[in-house]
Amino acid sequence: MYLTRTTRIALRIATAVILALGFVPLIVVVVNSFNSDRAFGWPPAGFTLEWWYRAAHNAGLLAALRTSVVVALLSTAVALILGTLAAMSLQRHRFFGREAVSLLVILPIALPGIVTGIALNNAFRTILGVPLSLLTLVVAHATFCVVVVFNNVIARLRRLGGDLEEASMDLGADGFTTFWRVTLPLMRTALLAGGLLAFALSFDEIIVTRFTASQATTTLPIWIMDNLFRPNQAPIVNVVATALVILSIIPIAIAQRLSGDPSGGRV
Amino acid sequence: MTGNVALPRDGLRRRLSARLTRSPRSRLALLLTAPLLWLGLAYLGALAALLVTALWTTNTFTGEIERVWTLDNLRIVVTDSVYRSVTLRTVGVAALVTVIDAVLAAPVAFFMAKVASPRWQPLLVAAILLPLWASYLVKAYAWRSMFGGGGLIDWAGAPFGIGSPGYGLTATVCTLAYLWFPYMVLPIFAGLERLPDSLLEASGDLGARPGRTLRTVVLPLAFPAVVAGSIFTFSLSLGDYVAVEIVGGTSQFLGNLVYDNIGAANNQPLAAAVGLVPVVVMIVYLFLARRAGALENL
Repeated sequence: MYLTRTTRIALRIATAVILALGFVPLIVVVVNSFNSDRAFGWPPAGFTLEWWYRAAHNAGLLAALRTSVVVALLSTAVALILGTLAAMSLQRHRFFGREAVSLLVILPIALPGIVTGIALNNAFRTILGVPLSLLTLVVAHATFCVVVVFNNVIARLRRLGGDLEEASMDLGADGFTTFWRVTLPLMRTALLAGGLLAFALSFDEIIVTRFTASQATTTLPIWIMDNLFRPNQAPIVNVVATALVILSIIPIAIAQRLSGDPSGGRV
Repeated sequence: MTGNVALPRDGLRRRLSARLTRSPRSRLALLLTAPLLWLGLAYLGALAALLVTALWTTNTFTGEIERVWTLDNLRIVVTDSVYRSVTLRTVGVAALVTVIDAVLAAPVAFFMAKVASPRWQPLLVAAILLPLWASYLVKAYAWRSMFGGGGLIDWAGAPFGIGSPGYGLTATVCTLAYLWFPYMVLPIFAGLERLPDSLLEASGDLGARPGRTLRTVVLPLAFPAVVAGSIFTFSLSLGDYVAVEIVGGTSQFLGNLVYDNIGAANNQPLAAAVGLVPVVVMIVYLFLARRAGALENL
């Protein structure tokens, strides 16, 4: 399509401005983590490393970090198994209700987080009579993490086709050996990418978490939420926020590279 | 997969494997059982239980749930003016956020897919993804400090005599639009990338000016992608209550009512009934989206 020079320039400027605006809030948080003024007015009053030092020695914060890692690891493990099984069954088989199953995988993330939260909270407490715990939180997180593993694995399986597996079977390997020695190695990077994304998704989740975690289970987002409105703790929250911005880049960049999908299968 | 040579080695594993090779049905059953049990029982079961709980009631004295069937909770949610206005506010804000994101995303996605050079494209995608993956709370919190008194917005607006509107609906709309923007750009970008350049050139060769090509060729073909993106922005806004807590001031969303009814009020049946509202809204939305052909774009 022929666009006038003016249109092209206008489009370029609009894109640049909109994308740049996306970084403003993140920059504000990073700058504020070094801001010597507690009220965080703009522009910053001065430079200090005090908040970073205090954050590194905050016991509650470190405990929350540990809990978040444990929950994310367990949820990712469950999501890896369920997501892979679901992807293999949908990619390799045509059966009645196939569309329904693929919808079922997407549903926990397509429905608003509040719905997933209240539905699981209600199921645990009212219907099953199970008290909320670390375990109920893992069940909840795993449920919506399945979809990112599923997306990555099914995309890989589509690209691979079944030739290598057939060759393996023709050469006498049984189904399990073929899976273990052929299919799994071919899916390795897709599993790693899906796993990283599932980990990040669980690590960041707050909406469902508050409905499915016990009082004693303080994940990092819960800790942030609890301290957000305390003026004394606000500086440390800025530090945690900055650390999260920096840390989030790493797994995402790796996942993007591994899955070959720019959105990393999240959207 | 026919040439499964039977080796003279017996054992459970081999027999099982042979059976699985011969029977696609058993293979499928083995693969599908665990995910179906988890998602079908745990998730669909929980959704069904939500409906059932909404039909129960709470003893006003003990706070215990009584398994007595009643339509009271549903009636309250539908007729009480508080619930009605909160529903309208939540749906209205979700719709507004969706429109804002679509308007902002369209030029960006078009530029990325059709104008930017191949060298720039991955950089632009990265520029959208980085804020996407920064923590949700970090971003909501950032907007809180920007909207706060003496914050960035006050500072930037001062020369023009504009102050921050403070915490409230405006801040909520801005924050949500910011949070979900990437979920709108990426589907539209993907949709436009699939749209062959030759169609645009053909339209131009046949005499259409860019504006007309945009209206009659690009828009109709990109529309399903926009609707696909809108499912995310709408659903995510509809179910949000944390950003509302952080920047919303005193305004309440459906999610806040659900959360408060579970926490302070300890009225699980009423919370369940309120929680059904976003489910119904999303079912209607997904039904309309399917008619627009957007579900194939997800």
